[in-house]
Amino acid sequence: MGETPVRIDGWRGAGYKSSISLLSIGEGPRRAPGRTDLDTILQLVLNGLAVGCIYGLVALGFVLIYKATELVNFAQGDLLMLGAFTCYMFVVWHGVGYWLALALAVALVAIFGAVLDATILRRVIGQPQFSVVMLTIGLGAIFRSFASIAWGSEIYTLPTPFSARATRVAGVAVSHEYVSIIVGTVLLCAVLYAFFTFTRVGLAMQASSQNQLAAYYMGIPVKLMFSLIWAISAGVAAIAGVLLAPVSLIDINLGFIGLKAFAAAVLGGFGSIPGALVGGITIGLIELFSGAYLPQGFKDVAAYVVLLVVLAVRPQGMFGSIARKKV
Amino acid sequence: MRFAFKTSYSQDLGIFRDDVQRNWYLALLVGLLVLPLLTPSYLVDVSLVFIYGLCGVSLMVLAGYTGLVSLGHAAFLGIGAYTHVYAIHDLGLPWIAGVVLACVVTAAAGVLVGLPALRMTGVYLSIATLAFALIIQEVLTRWEHVTGGLKGKPVDKPVVFGIGLGGDSAFYFLCLAFLIVGIWLTGNLLRAPTGRAWVAIRDSEIAAQSMGVNLAVYKTSAFAYSAGLMGVAGALFAHKIGFLAPDIFTVLLSIQLLLMVVVGGLGSLHGALYGAVFVALLPVAISQARDSVPAWLSTLATAFGKDAGAATFLAVDQFVKKPGLEPGLFGLILVLFILFEPTGIYGRWRKIQLYFSTFPLYKRATFRRQKSYMRSERLR
Repeated sequence: MGETPVRIDGWRGAGYKSSISLLSIGEGPRRAPGRTDLDTILQLVLNGLAVGCIYGLVALGFVLIYKATELVNFAQGDLLMLGAFTCYMFVVWHGVGYWLALALAVALVAIFGAVLDATILRRVIGQPQFSVVMLTIGLGAIFRSFASIAWGSEIYTLPTPFSARATRVAGVAVSHEYVSIIVGTVLLCAVLYAFFTFTRVGLAMQASSQNQLAAYYMGIPVKLMFSLIWAISAGVAAIAGVLLAPVSLIDINLGFIGLKAFAAAVLGGFGSIPGALVGGITIGLIELFSGAYLPQGFKDVAAYVVLLVVLAVRPQGMFGSIARKKV
Repeated sequence: MRFAFKTSYSQDLGIFRDDVQRNWYLALLVGLLVLPLLTPSYLVDVSLVFIYGLCGVSLMVLAGYTGLVSLGHAAFLGIGAYTHVYAIHDLGLPWIAGVVLACVVTAAAGVLVGLPALRMTGVYLSIATLAFALIIQEVLTRWEHVTGGLKGKPVDKPVVFGIGLGGDSAFYFLCLAFLIVGIWLTGNLLRAPTGRAWVAIRDSEIAAQSMGVNLAVYKTSAFAYSAGLMGVAGALFAHKIGFLAPDIFTVLLSIQLLLMVVVGGLGSLHGALYGAVFVALLPVAISQARDSVPAWLSTLATAFGKDAGAATFLAVDQFVKKPGLEPGLFGLILVLFILFEPTGIYGRWRKIQLYFSTFPLYKRATFRRQKSYMRSERLR
């Protein structure tokens, strides 16, 4: 990355565990606090946007599922991890090209998401929220365990067409990996937007997430729609995983990034799709700026501090609309 | 079927339902008291069961009785453990003062979490407690002159009123005593107005509020009580593990604590204890199975020839020695319980009891859960 002043690879720790890795990976050369030259800020904004896009994509997955089925999927981050590993497996072990591997990984994880819904998660709809939370936490643990048995618990790097290349634009080292994340997110959002607005299936999904009963009466196969939504959500997670893989590293704990994506989803108000993306980008920017200008350790908890403050001050988030229950 | 016919108010006030129940508990107590004589080698594991039991009771008050699901209880355990060790090691306070201080500090932390929790419900609260736990973990890592940071902090053997309780059986009795006191306190609190208010909040916040239950007071007090109990458990836990490091009190530990109350059965103190037995002894069982299962399977496979037997042994042995297997097994158990026995071990036990006491008339529908498809979660 040339002479990038602030590196973001310290973020793969995601604040979840042995801070040994947090220390050894380090935060990169830090600018003295108070010195705010434009290049550093631009660099931080660019990297923060990229990180935020990943958070936004994972949060988007949460929101899609929550809007449709009212389940909160704590295993979303682990689906991201599965996507990254599947792509890695195709590229490195089987020698498949990057783009084909990406498509295969997304397709496999999406199918897996649909099967998951049809076999397991559909049974808990209508049960207390707590059971759902525990169920998806359990599923996440199973996925991690599966990944460590199938792919080993080492740390891998995914070679991509964008790896380790950078263009200098006006004094800012623009790494292609980060640009690929931002471009990928924008494209994906455009596709999803078009899908939900202009296709019959997308409209049917919107209908069944707004009112299941009315959707049934209109002849929409609601169960199938839910499975499809799970597939889309899992596929989005897989894409996020593959986009993330070159800047972070792949290991079985990649899924803990989902915890920070929660902060993004909550910040955006849990039921709003644009909210999730804006929330993700906000969290990404806050995280990088606090890493550069606040004492060590703040970077890892910045997302959670923001989350707590948002929940305490404005629990419905920036875009949320939660009414008080009338009796 | 046995009915409890009450003829006086003293029966209503008694802790036990009848003499039979009391005698069973006395027998259990006697059994636990003579256990150190029978199996000296497993005492350490059983002490862990007691400590987890205290954790389970604490979380049961919050999650099972008040309906506030905390995904960050390992943080309270950590705060309790570190406070206790700091008090007796760095401040030189007596042991019992360390425990009291741990309890007080953790309860204060509980209030701190409980206050913003007043505005949140359901999954938001879980996420907030999770965030709190992650922040606390980072604090434990960074606040080096109190916590020792990543280098960790060694824990001395417990010395209570000048008597060293470092031995396995002495520590066993110490944990047992704390567990009994904890259960007794909690049980009494739960059948008092406080406990009834907590249950009312769990069942319907709005109904509780309109019956005059002060949500702010009772939710905060549930958090404080649960956290305080967790702090005491943390003090014992510190002595049990003998060395404190921030990466012990992770999200995974919080999830294990929740697993305990779910597997045991939400909404009963019995459940918390069954869950504690399960969670504390499962790793022991797994490590035993690691040694024996490959051998079993290879003898089974030897029926298809000697090579098959050897190959199976190698394959299975390699599989069970993989490091990631245990958390996955915990996850699998959690999933199976949620899907097939949401009332946990205690619920299953109640069903078996009812089956025999109403023998030919048992109906499965008695325990069937009603599903509600009302979209109430979005309207708070």
